[in-house]
Amino acid sequence: MTSHTEAVEQVCATVQTAYERGTPLEIVGSGSRRHWGREPIGEPLVLASYRGIVAYEPSEYVITVRAGTPIADIEAAVAAHGQTLAAELPRGAGPSTIGGAVALGLTGPSRPYAGSLRDAILGARIVTGTGQLLRFGGQVLKNVAGFDVSRLMVGAYGTLGVLMEVSLRLHPQPEESAVCVLACDWATARSRLLGWTGRLPLTGACYYEGRLHVRLGGRAAAIGRAVQEIGGETGSADTFFALRDLRLDALGVPPAALWRLLVPPAAPLDPPASVVDWGGAQRFWATQEPAGVVHALAARLGGQAVRLAGADRQEDVWAAPAPATMALYGRVKAVLDPRHILNRGRLSARW
Amino acid sequence: MQYTPMKDSPASPTPPAAFWRELRKALPADGLLVKPGDLGAYECDGLTVYKARPLAVALPRTREQVGAVLRICNRHAVPVVARGGGTSLSGGALPRTDGIVLSLARLNRILAIDPENQTARLEPGVRNLAVSEAAAAYGLFYAPDPSSQIACTIGGNIAENAGGVHCLKYGLTVHNVLAVKMFTSDGVLHELGGPTAEGPLDLLALVVGSEGLLGVVVEATVQLKPKPQAVVALLAAFRSLEQAAGAVSAVIAAGIVPAGLELMDRLAIQAAGAYTGQHYPPGTEAVVLAEVDGDDGTCALEYAHLRAILKAQKAFALDEARTSEERRLLWAGRKSAFPAVGRLAPDYYCMDGTIPRRALVEVLAQIAVLSAQYGLPVANVFHAGDGNLHPLILYDARRPGELARVEQLGGDILKLCLAHGGTISGEHGVGVEKLDGMCAQFTPAELVAFHALKAAFDPYELLNRGKAIPTPARCVEPGGMHVHGGRVPFGHLERY
Ligand SMILES: Cc1cc2nc3c(=O)[nH]c(=O)nc-3n(C[C@H](O)[C@H](O)[C@H](O)COP(=O)(O)OP(=O)(O)OC[C@H]3O[C@@H](n4cnc5c(N)ncnc54)[C@H](O)[C@@H]3O)c2cc1C
Repeated sequence: MTSHTEAVEQVCATVQTAYERGTPLEIVGSGSRRHWGREPIGEPLVLASYRGIVAYEPSEYVITVRAGTPIADIEAAVAAHGQTLAAELPRGAGPSTIGGAVALGLTGPSRPYAGSLRDAILGARIVTGTGQLLRFGGQVLKNVAGFDVSRLMVGAYGTLGVLMEVSLRLHPQPEESAVCVLACDWATARSRLLGWTGRLPLTGACYYEGRLHVRLGGRAAAIGRAVQEIGGETGSADTFFALRDLRLDALGVPPAALWRLLVPPAAPLDPPASVVDWGGAQRFWATQEPAGVVHALAARLGGQAVRLAGADRQEDVWAAPAPATMALYGRVKAVLDPRHILNRGRLSARW
Repeated sequence: MQYTPMKDSPASPTPPAAFWRELRKALPADGLLVKPGDLGAYECDGLTVYKARPLAVALPRTREQVGAVLRICNRHAVPVVARGGGTSLSGGALPRTDGIVLSLARLNRILAIDPENQTARLEPGVRNLAVSEAAAAYGLFYAPDPSSQIACTIGGNIAENAGGVHCLKYGLTVHNVLAVKMFTSDGVLHELGGPTAEGPLDLLALVVGSEGLLGVVVEATVQLKPKPQAVVALLAAFRSLEQAAGAVSAVIAAGIVPAGLELMDRLAIQAAGAYTGQHYPPGTEAVVLAEVDGDDGTCALEYAHLRAILKAQKAFALDEARTSEERRLLWAGRKSAFPAVGRLAPDYYCMDGTIPRRALVEVLAQIAVLSAQYGLPVANVFHAGDGNLHPLILYDARRPGELARVEQLGGDILKLCLAHGGTISGEHGVGVEKLDGMCAQFTPAELVAFHALKAAFDPYELLNRGKAIPTPARCVEPGGMHVHGGRVPFGHLERY
């Protein structure tokens, strides 16, 4: 059993060697979400054993954890104090880690109401592609000293650094939760949602197969009143967990690729996404359409498409931005991983 | 990471005649100020102890003109300082004598308010308060509300990641900006972010709070929020600062997330009382101002909970405000606290450290001890719920040596924040003012990474050169702040 300090030193040494040789490393948490993004390549650098809570002061609503800590462990530790992660995090089959969650950068159905994972990040320790251990941000809510490199890690698929530790903001756990289900068309669903937002304690709203599922969370008395106002049938909390983890049946099945369309929430429901989440801002679409077509459709709606998973592991996760902006991304990548050894090709074929 | 550290802020040579010709051509007839009399207003920002006269001030009206100005400056290697409202408290908008000021003040159009999607598309020179005013017609508001909101601009807010009274619940600028259009210093336009503030790499997160070092923002799409149904504000008076600080920690620990949670100490209350005519109960040593909002039901429950905690924490007087007029009066003292404190002494120096909220009692007590040691009064009026301190050190710059002592005390306060696991700047930025504090907060390797990121956007260091990140060479003693042995903390800084 090596100490945590030794484990960090080991990661630095491994990355440094890989940097010198120019050989790629695949950063692995629990490996439960390897099927997302482009095909992983390289020597595995496994962080699953670098786990545990570094600091947790419940009165502060902030926790610092090692990257290999399973999300479920963090949730259990903070639930014991009536707290919860401010952002709801998707997980795969197996003990999905917080490091993987930051790399993928996905946030569950709670996002429009409680913020995204990116919003909840306060600081991080990372090992760069040259093997240097650096610390950015901190454990306080406001911090503008230095560039916000910790937030930059979110959604980068591990291509900008090996995440070692992360500090996250916590929220109080809702006293009570409830789910209501209403049969209606999307236009009705959307206008009703607009009427409730800011007035009722919503914590999630998704729409699929002709039904609007609304999740509420907060003070018991307020939930009772909200359920009465919304009406409909009683739904299940599991719907939202399944959506969070992208295992809801309605999301579609292979061989279709699973896409996220990120659009202005009022954009028309066209293409007919399989599941609408985030009150309309995120639409999941399982389709075999070529990537170019999907990106064009998203752009027409004023948004972007993100490819989550699919049989073809060679497609980029995002559409290529304008060439000058792509070059800017490349320069930022080169600062933190000059020889492209961290999760090479995982996010984009370019690096 | 290849970065060859330069000496602090080397001066550029004087630009040639061609530069001036091109600049005149690129700007409207009234868009270039060069006469000394016209430049005076641009010599400093909200941190008035630093002043510098720029070569010129460019006042473009369109984003195309902004791009053209940047391309000309890039071609002639002339440094640029972007300027919004000029309210920065860290010298962020302080000009360079060898460069120009690029004012975004005339790009002040609200391009669209989209009530359906609850967003606003803005030019950078739109004033912060103007956004909420325009959104109010749709029952919406823009959440980040710095106390300077009448004067500061969205571009400046993005550069500084500005916060405000309501940020504890609604987030800082970084949480409320979805997308930006930004020129890098070579005059190339980049679009970052999107409807959900995501992108292949989150460069948007890097740009927000980058103190204008990475690019010039010419358009921003921001998130609007529905105005809460119910709002109640509460003023709790305490007989000691310690009790008030303890009450703040207790509210946070109880899991209440008030929309705002502010603290004012005796000096700040006295100043605000004299300024606004607001009366605080006799014997008040500190007040806590709190606001809860939400739907009617939740708001009532939170209010009852909050009130009970403040009572249990020995608040001896509680005043509540429900109508918007009552709330305006209750907040008036807090909102005017800076100018009010400004009347207590010829000068004040505003600090901006952030600490974990559980350390409030201890840190405030230690600040009081330092204040006594230095013989310099310190007023405290700050975003207590976020742990963001704003100790205001009162002094008189005309007294020889006093500013140096003020900066020394400021350095000690920042060290105190760091020792408690905090940061040297919560919302005002590093600018020219806290460069030495950066040496204490970051390792040389981290500073090198910052410079390399800067170079990825701005290889010739044209934008805000010399600000926000000290060169590793400047941090002679890594990990230590330059305040030991009677050394002046900002002695290395260029003085104009
Ligand atoms: C009385 C008072 C109270 C204050 N209260 C608060 C508070 O509660 N919370 C808070 O966070 N701050 C506060 N501030 C500080 C200040 O108002 C903020 O930092 C504000 O965001 C600055 O905006 P500005 O438009 O005035 O920017 P400026 O001062 O003009 O510029 C600030 C920085 O932004 C850069 N910049 C400006 N526009 C752009 C652009 N378009 N693109 C790129 N860079 C740009 C400048 O180069 C500079 O580095 C206060 C200041 C005062 C004087």
